[in-house]
Amino acid sequence: MSELLKIDGLTKAYPGVVANDDVSFEIAEGEVHALLGENGAGKSTLVKMIYGLVKPDSGQMTLGGAPYHPAEPKAARASGVAMVFQHFSLFDALTVAENITLGMENAPHRRELSERIREVSNAYKLPLDPNRIIGDLSVGERQRVEIIRCLLQNPKLLIMDEPTSVLTPQEVEVLFETLHTLSDEGTAILYISHKLEEIKTLCDHATILRHGQVVGECVPKEQTARKMAEMMVGASLHTPVKKNLHPGEVILNVQGLSLASKNPFGTTLKDINVTVRAGEVLGIGGVAGNGQDELLLALSGETASPRQMVQVNGVDVGDLNPNERRELGLLTAPEERLGHAAAPDMTLTENAMLTGNIRQRLSSNGFLRWNAARGFAKAIIEQFDVRTPSSENTARSLSGGNLQKFVIGREVLQDPTVLVVNQPTWGVDAAAAADIRQALMDLAEGGAAVVIISQDLDELREVSDRLAILNEGQLTKPAETADLSMDDIGLMMGGHMGDGSDNTTQEAAHV
Amino acid sequence: MDLSAINPLALIASLIVASTPILLAAIGELVVEKTGVLNLGVEGMMIVGAIAGFAVSVNTGNPWLGFLAAMFAGAMLALVFAILTQYFLANQVATGLALTLFGLGLSALMGINYVGKKPPSFPKLDVQFLTDIPIIGQAFLNHDYMVYISILLVAAVWYFLKFTRTGLVLRAVGENHDAAHAIGYNVTFIRVLAILFGGACAGLGGAYLSLISVSSWTEGMTAGAGWIALALVVFASWKPWWIIIGAYLFGGVTVLQLNLQAVGVTIPAVYLSSAPYVVTILVLVIMSGGRSSAPASLGRVFHASH
Amino acid sequence: MFRLEARPQPSKLWIGISPILAVLATMVAGGFLFAALGKDPFISIRMIFWDPLFGEFASYYRGQLLTKAGPLILIALGLSIGFRAGIWNIGAEGQYIMGALCGAAIGLAMYPLDAWYIFPLMVLGGALGGWAWAMIPAILRNRFGTNEILVSLMLVYVAEKILAAAALGLLKNPEGRGFPGSRNLANWASSANPDLIAGTGMHWGVVAAFIAVIGSYVLMQRHLIGFQINLTGQSPRAAMFAGVVPAKVVAFTLGLSGALAGLAGLFEVTGPAGQISIDFGSGYGFTAIIVAFLGRLNPFGILLAGLLLALTYIGGNVAEQEGLPAAAIQAFQGMLLFFLLAFDLLSNFRIRLAHSSVSKKEAV
Repeated sequence: MSELLKIDGLTKAYPGVVANDDVSFEIAEGEVHALLGENGAGKSTLVKMIYGLVKPDSGQMTLGGAPYHPAEPKAARASGVAMVFQHFSLFDALTVAENITLGMENAPHRRELSERIREVSNAYKLPLDPNRIIGDLSVGERQRVEIIRCLLQNPKLLIMDEPTSVLTPQEVEVLFETLHTLSDEGTAILYISHKLEEIKTLCDHATILRHGQVVGECVPKEQTARKMAEMMVGASLHTPVKKNLHPGEVILNVQGLSLASKNPFGTTLKDINVTVRAGEVLGIGGVAGNGQDELLLALSGETASPRQMVQVNGVDVGDLNPNERRELGLLTAPEERLGHAAAPDMTLTENAMLTGNIRQRLSSNGFLRWNAARGFAKAIIEQFDVRTPSSENTARSLSGGNLQKFVIGREVLQDPTVLVVNQPTWGVDAAAAADIRQALMDLAEGGAAVVIISQDLDELREVSDRLAILNEGQLTKPAETADLSMDDIGLMMGGHMGDGSDNTTQEAAHV
Repeated sequence: MDLSAINPLALIASLIVASTPILLAAIGELVVEKTGVLNLGVEGMMIVGAIAGFAVSVNTGNPWLGFLAAMFAGAMLALVFAILTQYFLANQVATGLALTLFGLGLSALMGINYVGKKPPSFPKLDVQFLTDIPIIGQAFLNHDYMVYISILLVAAVWYFLKFTRTGLVLRAVGENHDAAHAIGYNVTFIRVLAILFGGACAGLGGAYLSLISVSSWTEGMTAGAGWIALALVVFASWKPWWIIIGAYLFGGVTVLQLNLQAVGVTIPAVYLSSAPYVVTILVLVIMSGGRSSAPASLGRVFHASH
Repeated sequence: MFRLEARPQPSKLWIGISPILAVLATMVAGGFLFAALGKDPFISIRMIFWDPLFGEFASYYRGQLLTKAGPLILIALGLSIGFRAGIWNIGAEGQYIMGALCGAAIGLAMYPLDAWYIFPLMVLGGALGGWAWAMIPAILRNRFGTNEILVSLMLVYVAEKILAAAALGLLKNPEGRGFPGSRNLANWASSANPDLIAGTGMHWGVVAAFIAVIGSYVLMQRHLIGFQINLTGQSPRAAMFAGVVPAKVVAFTLGLSGALAGLAGLFEVTGPAGQISIDFGSGYGFTAIIVAFLGRLNPFGILLAGLLLALTYIGGNVAEQEGLPAAAIQAFQGMLLFFLLAFDLLSNFRIRLAHSSVSKKEAV
């Protein structure tokens, strides 16, 4: 195999942070090359430089032996470099064909393009209808659009940024098959991920980044996942310790919760039944967009349901608003940190007031006790090791991991009876993620009922006592986590309910 | 009261003339909003276009030069908006309001010496055999050229947005500016061009008002036409052809209430003269129900971060 | 090449400095404008900003300052609270007119009774009139999701038509020999709103404005409602999470700003204006938008900004007597808002040279 892309000493600095520091590696034709690193390690900046979105401060690239310095993505695509984004670069209101045209140079005429989309998508077993509107597609289908858009240009190098985070295990298998086919045809693939098992199965070679520098290279198949993880994090990892489970009384009781989504592209919740006991951690897995957000909103009180559908300690709370539920000890932490769990441009003190007002008594007769709020914010910062100059800094100024520690800490310190968190460690560095998981497990050990909604199955297997899967708005029957294999979980995610009935044929009510 | 004094054909002819200013301004604003930018300064750009077009026409005796000048003036004011919102990342609502307030003041200033003057007349489509066609001849085929240009403009915008690649890029920018940026389109540049186009159209609409439909200059003569144009874009659900329907509807209400006042209908004048504004509100209420077809990025600030 | 770099949080320093810079830049640009009109720019600027305070007839103009600033401040305070919630009421002019009309109507209905309670009733009527007019966009927005910007603005034109109809009909002075316009409310003791200290321009509206400054400071900084309003404007989803009901915020902020604008109208019609007339609407409702922004949506900032814009009004009058067109001042005020918006960039972004060195800062 001959060398395709050679990266030599790429450096890119932003004010306050060196995103890439003298990064060098090579990718051969037909090679599947993993770029491994934590959030903030500089992976995104690196691929943006390769794709022409960001200009390096210094360093060289050659593609197929010729100097390669794309000034913009168009130039990169013209040279045969294509990219599938993590947060898709798709337009909801436009059709599949229109979306694909937008990402191509010299796109053929409408009819011919539709023809080619059908052709290529069938050839790679990723069927797609060119006339459908993106907004109506599932997340997996949207990824196909991105991939087909790339494949139509016969790329020499395909960059994929965390492609599997949105897929079910089965969809991942299909994707890997496609990638193998491509690699056999001579297309090189630069595969960005932090999922080590995946990289072990798929990739020929791995470059590991930490703090913007290359800290190691390896052949993934010859390494243990743990070894690679430690190279990535730069320290030995501590796994949260699970104490013995002595579940107590049922605290949270969800009874036949059915609720239409407010969002036209959202998922309808269908007959969700689950109980959580004191001292227990319930994990809810599933691919994003299967009702996770809707479930959290129904539990937080942002959407009301018939009152008996949600009960806390035997009290009906389904029709209560968020603050009334907080009064009763039902606290939540939504997935989106900036803009939902916290107001980006408000200070940490103000963000402490945001949910702390009720249980911490931060106001009296409507008048705010700012000193008390500041004290509460400081307590969160101290006890959850939030790195920030002061409680008067804005939420936006914190890194993802620090803000998430603040958000989780804010709820944990209010001594909840039930805490529901959605994606508690998404986009958070490994050290912060470990702290957060430990805090949630400690909270359960202290007698609270904890519900963790997450897409990260490894995380759920690690921390939850029982596990259920959310699929198209339906929740499988929870099973003891210890009894479940990865295959079982995959089947549950594919729509096989825990009780053996098959729901894949049911129509998706949210289309 | 004698309703028979109202001649329906003359009514149609005059409603077309009354509608053209808002039609021109609205089709420009539609393009702007399709790129995800909300420019509330239409009123200001219109009135500056009105006086610029009027002044140049009066001084040169050539109405075509007047329309060109109006487009230029509207676009220049729009350029201020473009610089502030696209490069200085100012709030679009506030900047649009500033544009309107500034435009009203500036136009009054520019127009001091033009109050009471008459603009040169503007050529009409005066083809004898067309005008002689019964009914439609007089109502539709005997107007000034700008009326037909405005309809052609709508057709051109429709074709551009629906069938050209550039039009597709423009819509994409308005749908999701981050994605458009990620696949390599210059969001800011595309938006600036659209804003300038919107300004030119608003200027044109203003000039039509001062040069043709009113045929004189008075301070604040747009009297909310720019705002009605904004409402029209909502009414049209961002679809070009609906702009024509909407504009003629509003024009119809305006002309009809004037006619009714003239023939002395017993409805108090205050209700009649408020009718265009009340109808605008009603239409907004009707159109705001249901799933929105507004461009998804409308009004959001774009800043290409790393 | 310059490059913008987002600040992790807005610079407090620049938030304070940018209005001052904007005023200075407006003076320079205004100078060019006046020069283009064939006026000496230095003399024109002096006439607008200096003469009303320290010139030959300053003693007369100084009194005017409070008279003009009162309604601007009162309206701008209301608008600023809405703007903070992301509710764009730009129809304050209409609410101002409707407040004046309602208040005046209540008073005139009791003419020529001599009673202490008439003026308080009129004040209440003014607030209610403005409130009701603002509740139209509020209800339409809450019920149908209708854009409040366009509705509130359309209602300005409707209010102007009603004003004209009232001045010519319902409220016309029966002893006015056919001239349009109502009885003079300032000359009728029961409804008059005179200077509390002669010559200062300090009428009840100005007092109300000062009280409102304090009141809105307490509301926005110290009270839960203010916190919820700020939160709604900054991050609507976070506000929902914090238990805020968006419809209540819409109704509260629009209603409050309408009531304050209505009060401003009532104090104006019973004092400086004296009567309902066709041209009662004076553009205060629009200028107040500039005041609100120039004052950084902050009550004390608005107090200062209101005084400054009142100064430009009076300065405009002074300059008008010297031959400067009246419209110039309107263009001047619009320019001020442009410059303010432009300089705001500095509080949210740093401007850097493209290849500047790496500075010390927390990792992003």
